[in-house]
Amino acid sequence: MNRFLIPLGAFVLLAIVLAVGLKHSPEKGIIASPLIGKPAPAFTTTLLNDTNAKFDSGQFKGRWTLFNVWGTWCFECRNEHQALLDIAKRKEVRVVGLDWKDEDPTATQWLQDLGNPFDVIATDHDGRIAVDWGVYGAPETFLINPQGVIVHKYVGALTMEAWEREFLPRINAKS
Amino acid sequence: MLPELGHFALILAMLLAALQGFFGIAGPALGRDRWTAAVTPAVAGQFVMLATSVACLIASFVDNDFSVLYIAENSNSALPLFYRVTAMWGAHEGSLLLWIFLLGCWTVAVAIGVSKLPRRFAARVLGVLGVVSFGFLLFMLATSNPFLRLDPPAPDGRDLNPILQDPALAIHPPILYTGYVGFAVAFAFACAAMLEGRMDQMWARWTRPWTTAAWAFLSVGIALGSWWAYYELGWGGYWFWDPVENASFMPWLVGTALIHSLAVTDKRGLFKSWTLLLSILAFSLSLLGTFLVRSGVLVSVHSFAADPTKGIFILVFLCVMIGGALTLYAWRAPLLKSQAGFDLGARESFLLFNNILLVIAAATVLGGTLAPLISDSLNLGTLSVGTPYFNPTFMLSMLPLTALLSVGIHANWKRGRLSDSTRTILITLTIAVTTAVILVYGVYSNGKVLSPVAATLGVWIIISSLIDPIDRMRRKLSLPRSVVGMAVAHVGLGMFVLSVTTVESFTLERDVALGVGQQTTVGNYEFRFQGVEAIEGANYNGVEGTVVVTRHGFPISVVHPQKRQYWVQRQVTTEASIEMHHGSNVFVALGDDLGAGKWSVRFQIRPLVNFLWLGAFIMALGGAIAATDKRYRMAKEVTAPVAAPGGVTAG
Repeated sequence: MNRFLIPLGAFVLLAIVLAVGLKHSPEKGIIASPLIGKPAPAFTTTLLNDTNAKFDSGQFKGRWTLFNVWGTWCFECRNEHQALLDIAKRKEVRVVGLDWKDEDPTATQWLQDLGNPFDVIATDHDGRIAVDWGVYGAPETFLINPQGVIVHKYVGALTMEAWEREFLPRINAKS
Repeated sequence: MLPELGHFALILAMLLAALQGFFGIAGPALGRDRWTAAVTPAVAGQFVMLATSVACLIASFVDNDFSVLYIAENSNSALPLFYRVTAMWGAHEGSLLLWIFLLGCWTVAVAIGVSKLPRRFAARVLGVLGVVSFGFLLFMLATSNPFLRLDPPAPDGRDLNPILQDPALAIHPPILYTGYVGFAVAFAFACAAMLEGRMDQMWARWTRPWTTAAWAFLSVGIALGSWWAYYELGWGGYWFWDPVENASFMPWLVGTALIHSLAVTDKRGLFKSWTLLLSILAFSLSLLGTFLVRSGVLVSVHSFAADPTKGIFILVFLCVMIGGALTLYAWRAPLLKSQAGFDLGARESFLLFNNILLVIAAATVLGGTLAPLISDSLNLGTLSVGTPYFNPTFMLSMLPLTALLSVGIHANWKRGRLSDSTRTILITLTIAVTTAVILVYGVYSNGKVLSPVAATLGVWIIISSLIDPIDRMRRKLSLPRSVVGMAVAHVGLGMFVLSVTTVESFTLERDVALGVGQQTTVGNYEFRFQGVEAIEGANYNGVEGTVVVTRHGFPISVVHPQKRQYWVQRQVTTEASIEMHHGSNVFVALGDDLGAGKWSVRFQIRPLVNFLWLGAFIMALGGAIAATDKRYRMAKEVTAPVAAPGGVTAG
């Protein structure tokens, strides 16, 4: 037995561990939110283009809701917009948007150009609500169940594959 | 246009790297001199292409070209010019380009340095470097191209991660990578020696200055990172045993072992196979570090890019490079025989223990870093090990190492008996114990059990390292740079050990809620909180507190810790204020607004903490002095006329 083969053997073992670790890693790449399983953080804010109407986080209760944090300054949001439109069309959930750190006129123009997937659009002009929600960078999307509890958080541009893989199973399992 | 030019230059660089690798390895193996001669032009060409590519990316950053995805994600028009340049390596794609560019710089330096070495050997060294470069360029073009366009262009960028907007962290990656990448040179020399079948003392001598230089850069890089974490992350720690930190620390430990073992191989022709193995390991750990940081296998506070597909690519690359080198090693190393023996009390023995302890230390760090992965792959659940594991296990190998250093540094090569230097050892030890006792019980107090021991070891190293150079000066002997460098580096280590001891033993820390005009006392210092004011910077706003510091009533300073919120990413950073006084760092960081004018404020008094980074810089300085010793330049000229021996040739 060649003792100089030992380092190679040790490396092969290490490579196996790394390969297994890699197989398990997709779940870990996601920034876990401590909010999952907790009631949605409370807030009350005005609606887009309507400073008299209010949205209150209590309104999350009663229906499955997709809560999407976006802004016109965020280019990834543009990438996910089509997916949001498609999801909205399927009417499986209510889609609530949070227009984060944005100007109402630009946001309105944006929605006119690209289409409006949102049932309700709450605004967060100074970014306070996003801080409470632990938003790391737009776009981020939360799934909230009819009891008003956050079930899932998705970071980055939403896609239909992500919707079918990560959101639909959770809705179907628990409703 | 610039991004496309940069992209195109990258593709050309990859092709040239492939040629460099192929000609460098196949040329000497098949005895084709024309192929061998083509290696150096390929190196030059590749370097020009890489430099063009880097210049294009930086120019696009300066230009605020937000039609480039990478720039839109990592820059912003409000970002100051300096950070627009350093934002180039602010995330995965650009830092990879920087990595490859620095490899190109090392390769050019090596190509110049090896021009006096036997041609076939030189070609093989450059060939191995070409293969490394090719792998990384392929990886970059396939998975992490920084030049991808964004359509339509973003109106403005998402900004550079605010915690990276700091001078120390801006220069940290280039220096750290220079060290990382530098180990590729030792790796290439080892592989070339094995391919050539010429694993004598000469390759060790040729490798030494390169390895020492790489090690010095790595030391500075790690120290800068630690310094940054200390003042920027806001909780005053300097080392967290975080996977990313460990990723740079493991190659450093093995690299330290390597420079010592290279000394033995160079001077005495011993430890040849061991030195080869360490050369492979040091670079392998650099690659492994890249894998751990970039693949998302381990989640870390520092890793900003995590993507499993990239992980698969790096893993395959890792298998090819490390697996290939270790196979070569298993094939070639059995041919090596060491003839010379040495006494138990000789310097060789001490360096052997040095190597064993350093490798054990690196292995414990590796084990701790991979523990979450291993437990996960065995389905034992997610396990994470932290400071409670790392600190004691690391000390277990480091305490004996530092003691052995102070004893072994006096030992002679080959024939050494401990009794020869008993007197020196006893005298230095007595001075060290006395100093440590005064320091621990006189200057500070209430240490832990290990404090006097560790302080003794720190002082002992400093004194012992100075004995030999002082003795040489007294006897008017020559004082070569290698001797000076070694002494300087060891003094740096001693300072480092001393600093860690005082910081870990005597740090005072308090988190207090203070209203305007309220005061608190920490150790000998009083702090009066004068409230906060709003501030505004180029791309952030925030608050700045005012705290008056006094010592026993005597005014010392007025400090202004800040909390900033960066506009684009809405991220909050803590800018602690740090004042040095009587060798201690007085650290004040602003915590949370508790309402009603009250703020939580963190105070720390850390004695001698600056010695930590200063020690690391002095270690690196020692390395730099030693790497420029005349001996290595002479060696090359002497061996230049020697033709490559027949020996065993590959192919």
